[in-house]
Amino acid sequence: MSEVPLELGYAATHEWAKQDEEGLIVVGISDHAQDALGDIVYVELPEVGQQIVAGEEAGVVESVKAASDIYAPVSGAVEEINEGLEDSPETVNQDPYGDGWFFKLKVTDERELDDLLDADAYQELCESEDQ
Amino acid sequence: MPYIPHTHSDVELMLEAIGVDDIEALFDEIPGDLSEERSSALSSGLSELEMMLRMQERASRDEGNLCFLGAGCYDHHIPAAVWDIASRGEFMTAYTPYQAEASQGTLQLIYEYQSMMTQLTAMDVSNASVYDGASGLAEAILMAVRSNKSNKSGKVLYAEALNPVYLSATNTIISSQGIELERLPIESNGVLVINKKADQAPAAVVIQQPNFFGRLEQVDEITNWAHSQGALVIAVVNPMSLGVLKPPGLWGDDGVDIACGDGQPLGIPMSSGGPSFGFICCKSKFVRQIPGRVVGKTEDLDGQPGYALTLQAREQHIRRGKATSNICTNQGLLVTAGTIYLSLLGAKGLRETAIKSHQNTNYLREKLLQLPGVEDEYPGPVFNEFVVRLPVDVNELVALMTEQNILAGLPIERVADEGGVVRNKLLVAVTEKRTEQEMDRYLDVFSNVLGELST
Repeated sequence: MSEVPLELGYAATHEWAKQDEEGLIVVGISDHAQDALGDIVYVELPEVGQQIVAGEEAGVVESVKAASDIYAPVSGAVEEINEGLEDSPETVNQDPYGDGWFFKLKVTDERELDDLLDADAYQELCESEDQ
Repeated sequence: MPYIPHTHSDVELMLEAIGVDDIEALFDEIPGDLSEERSSALSSGLSELEMMLRMQERASRDEGNLCFLGAGCYDHHIPAAVWDIASRGEFMTAYTPYQAEASQGTLQLIYEYQSMMTQLTAMDVSNASVYDGASGLAEAILMAVRSNKSNKSGKVLYAEALNPVYLSATNTIISSQGIELERLPIESNGVLVINKKADQAPAAVVIQQPNFFGRLEQVDEITNWAHSQGALVIAVVNPMSLGVLKPPGLWGDDGVDIACGDGQPLGIPMSSGGPSFGFICCKSKFVRQIPGRVVGKTEDLDGQPGYALTLQAREQHIRRGKATSNICTNQGLLVTAGTIYLSLLGAKGLRETAIKSHQNTNYLREKLLQLPGVEDEYPGPVFNEFVVRLPVDVNELVALMTEQNILAGLPIERVADEGGVVRNKLLVAVTEKRTEQEMDRYLDVFSNVLGELST
């Protein structure tokens, strides 16, 4: 059973989002997603300053099995990227909700956060996909 | 089980399973005016006997000529062992096998090939090869534009003395990708001189060494200049020349970012112009953008060395429409020959071959320039090849020399637009294979034909 922290919002495409102390939205992929991908060997992140739109591609996660797009859960400008992933992509497997974060966004419209799934709904989605 | 992929009953079964009446229905999406019953460019075919006779007749035209043609495809000596080994059943494959890891020998060979190419070019990584030098360049340009994330211009500069055939193939491949190629004109001595900032920062700069005219470009200065403009540098190199010239990984302060070229000089017969193999090498930081296959060395569960295709997640069969390239194979057989060639010659043999080619080239060039009216079109150092300007019609001279079984060289006007000016320029290539006697015969006939045409 994968871990689904209660305080996060989730996209149906398996990204999570949360607001940090500075008001930026931190984005990563879920425990369920990292588990399904297997050993992650490379993460391609957006560039700082880049404008990204909810639901559109914002990067690529490459594992030994597959390369999958990361979609932006909300729209905004990229303020910071997790440069540590370049040398240690396995951090995503080890700590998907902590040190394995991907990028931070300054959101355009905070109401988009309300469109994300809550932990229960996401858990349900994962279970239905597992069946 | 019959070794026929689709028997009539297979087809029926599959159509039934997906609920379609006939195969044509699967192509409904293609507008009617684009579909043709049969391509009008294809003849109805020949019998085996007719085909053999025709091919023999064509092959015979290649026989018995003394070859001074180059322009990207060279008449180097190929030790008999190269194709003796490459033609063995174990090696005789066109591509990387589909169940790659089941063919450890093939993968090891490709791994050795990659190692040799990185040594030769002084780059970090090599792929398992692409189709030829031209497709190598096109892929290198696409790769550079993808890799240079800070530059979104899609503009790629190239030095004018780039092989025009490569340029044309590259244009075909990249023209629909929003990439704009812009020419950097050469000086009257046939090389590029960089003296100003680019108007708009280019994503990449392409430089060929030796260039299409055989001339040696100032690669260190050009590499540094391109890097100072924020561009990535793509080197197009003749692998034989790397026996004596500085490898692209060492050009300028940081070396080039991508090196590519055609492997034909390494044990591949000229075969009327193909097939050969192309190579692409790069700095390790761009490895995820390199097209095609890469073989890696690993260890199995018992700690034994093993070889595997690596970085496949970027390829078409996994990444589908978002793959880095539509190239998902390599030139297996020709790479095998190239690898055997390099193994047999070694660094020393390659160097000696390159030096001998260079000496022969200088010998013929010097003597040719002593003939009346023959001028040095692009004075300065060359490798393997040079351009002379003739006082007579270059096509007539070539035709008359061919009658005497000498392929004199390539009239530049046949491949490059010279702005409507008739310059009668001839590109002449000389390899280590040409004996002094052969070169003297060339000079003799050349001189006679020149006299004949001048009167």
